[in-house]
Amino acid sequence: MAALFKARRVIGLCLSGQRRMSQLAELPETHQLLRQTCRDYADRELLPIAARLDKEHSYPVKQIQELGAMGVMAMEVPEELGGAGMDYLAYSLAMEEISRGCANTGVIVSVNNSLYIGPILKFGSEEQKRQWITPFTTGEKVGCFALSEPGNGSDAGAASTMAHQEGDEWVLNGTKAWITNSWEASATVVFATTDKKLKHKGISAFLVPMPHPGLTLGKKEDKLGIRASSTANIILEDCRIPKGNLLGPRGAGFKIAMQTLDSGRIGIAAQALGIAQASLDCAADYAQKRTAFGTPIGKLQAIQFKLADMAVAVESARLLTWKAALLKDSNKSYTKEAAMAKLAASEAATFCSHQAIQVLGGMGYVTDMPAERHYRDARITEIYEGTSEIQRLVVGSHVLKEYQL
Amino acid sequence: MSGRVLVGVKRVIDYAVKIRVKPDNSGVVTDGVKHSMNPFCEIAVEEAVKLKEKKLIKEVVAVSCGPQQAQETIRTALAMGADRGIHVEVSGKDYETLGPLHVSKILAALAKKEEAQLVILGKQAIDDDCNQTGQMTAALLDWPQGTFASEVSLEGDKIKVVREIDGGLETIKINTPAVLTADLRLNTPRYATLPNIMKAKKKKIANVKPADLGVELTSRLEVLRVDEPPQRLAGIKVETVGDLVSKLKETGKI
Repeated sequence: MAALFKARRVIGLCLSGQRRMSQLAELPETHQLLRQTCRDYADRELLPIAARLDKEHSYPVKQIQELGAMGVMAMEVPEELGGAGMDYLAYSLAMEEISRGCANTGVIVSVNNSLYIGPILKFGSEEQKRQWITPFTTGEKVGCFALSEPGNGSDAGAASTMAHQEGDEWVLNGTKAWITNSWEASATVVFATTDKKLKHKGISAFLVPMPHPGLTLGKKEDKLGIRASSTANIILEDCRIPKGNLLGPRGAGFKIAMQTLDSGRIGIAAQALGIAQASLDCAADYAQKRTAFGTPIGKLQAIQFKLADMAVAVESARLLTWKAALLKDSNKSYTKEAAMAKLAASEAATFCSHQAIQVLGGMGYVTDMPAERHYRDARITEIYEGTSEIQRLVVGSHVLKEYQL
Repeated sequence: MSGRVLVGVKRVIDYAVKIRVKPDNSGVVTDGVKHSMNPFCEIAVEEAVKLKEKKLIKEVVAVSCGPQQAQETIRTALAMGADRGIHVEVSGKDYETLGPLHVSKILAALAKKEEAQLVILGKQAIDDDCNQTGQMTAALLDWPQGTFASEVSLEGDKIKVVREIDGGLETIKINTPAVLTADLRLNTPRYATLPNIMKAKKKKIANVKPADLGVELTSRLEVLRVDEPPQRLAGIKVETVGDLVSKLKETGKI
């Protein structure tokens, strides 16, 4: 009997999201217009330079400024603070279209929106928002998010970076690893342990401007993919910041990090969707043009089955992403759906880019075609902002909770 | 001076789409094909919005003639900065035979009704390449026209227009009210900003029928047949000038 009631609650949870699912069949007009605008921008301004950005490892300064002018660098931020004042569904659509043009530009946009501005918007004071968000809405400045360390990634609770108070200042010591945007950033959200005895409840979040005395950057990592965005260590040695740079309450750092990553996951899912869609576009286009056995290979079943599998993977991940976004916009719990979206989308990205190279054959292996770049760019989506294994842990524990086991 | 500018925007098949002729050769396939705003109309909207930003005019009104989907094109204009829209409903058979003469009669009627100071159009549409609507509208209104504009500057109650013509650039000064048509180099249209896309939702689009403006849509033209351009044939190489001349004589070219 009890199980029936629990099951009904589960169905209730699903239906409340489904009431808005009809929106997914046909997006609202503004969202369609937004999607089209971002797609036009990506096609005209990002697609032509994506290969060069990857080859030269160069940061797209002009494009980030243009995206800032369009409002894309601060989509959730209210207009009074300089943002676009849009919802998360709009953000997911924009992220997908931009990443479809250039996955690099996508990750730069995502880190600024979800990981840097996100926690300040949610946990910052009005003064902090004005100081740390408004200058970062125009594309002139970008921010970054420093949680991972050389000693812990998935194990975020074991933060060994320390922060202690000295008079009116906080003093930070430690090293952060794998920080995207680090070399271009003008500020970062840093997580450090303020009370070691409280374990993960003793971590706090801080706002640190960059450059700053006591903060140095490690060398830029030479990565497999998303090479135009900088990834480096941030080293803090007696880095002193004013007392007012504490973000949120003392000890709330872990909670802030987890909630930030929850919404960041939707953005990364959208980025992975963009890469997956770009791979599908590349493969489908090639299948129509390349002939073998006397026919365009798109007419051969082996290729058609591949394209079908790719299309199903992308579309299902897309619907999961939109659902997570809609739940967040309705202020409903969305942690499980965000994890599912990120898991599905990143695995769709690696699957589609793998199959795209297969469809292109030898051409897929050379840099003349974008398939190899999509393959390299897709791989990281299964790792950052929560590995696929962590996503599975999140989903699994939610499923168990729903059945009260 | 009302300070009001009327901008015409046309919904056409997107420039990047591969055009296919219908199997019965009656026209081109439009069902399910991606449509967008005519690129020259985008330039016209951008110019109007720029004038408003410079505070030289007060209001930009975007007009489109066509079926229900024409409203999407008007919304794009609103997202770029136009203040309100007018959708002149033309659908079905009437839409298939709609041509520059009908549209210019409609625009002329609206220009008078809205007391427009300026009508800005794209120089031509990329689907029919007529290049007639601007000129006809000016004639119907008995207003001066600055066509193929690559530079526009308002000087008091006159407008200086630099026109791209075959011989080079021609600069003219015309009185207002006037009709201008935008050429490629007039400006680079902006991407709509996201806040403007949101604001566009709240801007009004009025619905009007051609009959309300006293315009009749019977067509004086009949499309007999639409064909694809002939396939490009391979060329032939010749060794000497003498060979070239004899080959040209052979094929009846000279």
